[in-house]
Amino acid sequence: MTRTDTRVGPAEGRPTLGRARPFWTSRRRDQLTGYLFITPQVLGSAVFVILPLILVVWYSLHEWNVLAGTFDFVGTDNYQALAEDPNLGAVLRATGLFSVGLVVLNLGLALLLAVLLNQRLRGTILFRTLFFSPVVVSLVAWTIVWGFLLQDNGGVNGLLDTLGVDGPNWLRGEGTAMLSVIVVQVFKNVGLNMVLFLAALQGVPASLYEAAEVDGASRMRQFRLITVPMISPTILLTSIITVVGSLQVFAQIAVLTQGGPGTSTTVLVYYLYQQAFQFHHFGYGATLSILLFVTVLALTVLQWQMRKKWVFHES
Amino acid sequence: MSRDLSRRTKLVLYGALLVLAIPFVFPTWWMVTSSLKPVADIFAFPPQLLPVNPRFDAYRRVFESQPFGQQYLNSLYIALLVTIGTLAVSALAGYAFARIRFRGQNVLFLVVLAGLLIPSEVTIVPLFQMFFKLGLINTHWPLILVPIFGAPSVLATFIMRQFFISLPNELEEAARVDGLGRFATFWRIALPLSRPALGAVAIFTFLHSWNLYLEPIVFLSSPEKFTLPQALTQFVDAYGGPMWDVQLAAASMTALPVLVVFVIAQKQFVEGLAHTGLKG
Repeated sequence: MTRTDTRVGPAEGRPTLGRARPFWTSRRRDQLTGYLFITPQVLGSAVFVILPLILVVWYSLHEWNVLAGTFDFVGTDNYQALAEDPNLGAVLRATGLFSVGLVVLNLGLALLLAVLLNQRLRGTILFRTLFFSPVVVSLVAWTIVWGFLLQDNGGVNGLLDTLGVDGPNWLRGEGTAMLSVIVVQVFKNVGLNMVLFLAALQGVPASLYEAAEVDGASRMRQFRLITVPMISPTILLTSIITVVGSLQVFAQIAVLTQGGPGTSTTVLVYYLYQQAFQFHHFGYGATLSILLFVTVLALTVLQWQMRKKWVFHES
Repeated sequence: MSRDLSRRTKLVLYGALLVLAIPFVFPTWWMVTSSLKPVADIFAFPPQLLPVNPRFDAYRRVFESQPFGQQYLNSLYIALLVTIGTLAVSALAGYAFARIRFRGQNVLFLVVLAGLLIPSEVTIVPLFQMFFKLGLINTHWPLILVPIFGAPSVLATFIMRQFFISLPNELEEAARVDGLGRFATFWRIALPLSRPALGAVAIFTFLHSWNLYLEPIVFLSSPEKFTLPQALTQFVDAYGGPMWDVQLAAASMTALPVLVVFVIAQKQFVEGLAHTGLKG
């Protein structure tokens, strides 16, 4: 974060408005305005972000039975329980599968669509609108419709049938349920990354391609050696946004599979919801929240650290 | 990569685009058309692209089985309040962090920015307890206050700050030399110039609130308080089976207005999101 603005307040000695006492120099007044401007955001963050984060740590050290009204300090018992939770392996596996699947498919498809839309073609605006449109469709509405299409006798299998393929019952099979949830989410939000990639592609100077053309580089080679490095800052940004977003997935799981079949689509947030709000294990729910927070933090830091290895330039 | 293409390449590209567009367009198309079909026709095979016997019966039943009008109003007013609140909070904070120098600025900015790494799912358990202690469970307050001040607004503040930093400072400086106060400079000079950023922030804030699902089902328990996403999942018959046609009618009513606004203003939507702050 570099600050480009290094200006200080207006020149000293200018008459200040009103009859301010000497203490209120214009510089001081400006500072005060600054504090006033940020007060809602800073206070709000303190109350609705930082305080809850501290509380979540505190709660995770307690055995909390809402129904019995007990709240007892138990030290690290909840963390012990977490380590021994027979579901933990399945939950982490589902979370990892979902995140990896989503990030790979989302970024891959977003880049493909952006490259297609960046060609000199008529009607690309229309296609851009079409690909982006699910972003503005209500998430639950989108999910319900796909839930419908993915029924055993739904539209997807109907389509496969015409192609002579006997489709599986998508939402009832362990592997296919996870795949379905991922794909539904990819189509919902890939437009966002596509638009960011498109803006990045349009920022690549045409002269680079012209030079490569002169040197006889193939299209694929140009893509690998010019396009990818030039848009790598955007790839970094979108992958951070997408990874964090993938860890927050909830509505799609709740509507499509309720974590099933078995625990095959029980991702961390869904498990956290079940433990805290369905089984009323608030202390354990808080412990799972910490796990979620640490995961988000670790993955973001990791990507930020790895940027030096592959991000071409930073703006 | 805007080079002239041969006719054949163009055909291949159009073909690819058309095929790729199917999973993006068909679900919405199918949602709207199926909401006009009797249940038996919804699962008809081959699927009817247009309803053979269109009827609005399902739309009537949406309002009979739930206080859907009220729920619509709930979602709408919550999303609008959150949008206005976020714009105010993030524009003020973003401007101050970009333009005004005060002690502790960098530390405070980092504290606020930390919110980006703390999604509301992480804090939902203590937030529930806090609002429970305040007696605000089954009210809309949690859905309004948390987004205005929590993680989504932090992203908005970041975007606004980046935008204000990129604005040339001369106009504001001239205004200040002419004796305009800080707030007046912000309100009359900087804010009007930041319309693209405000637009982008407004769009993603509105959509974020409009799509919230975990928070409503945690905080709200009575149907007349529900928001739309929550209501959409509640259309079940006496045996707990989904009422497909009614559900699709409600889903269509939820999705279509936003979609229409998007199609009309798609340039602002897409370019606003692409070119403000979010750009690497």
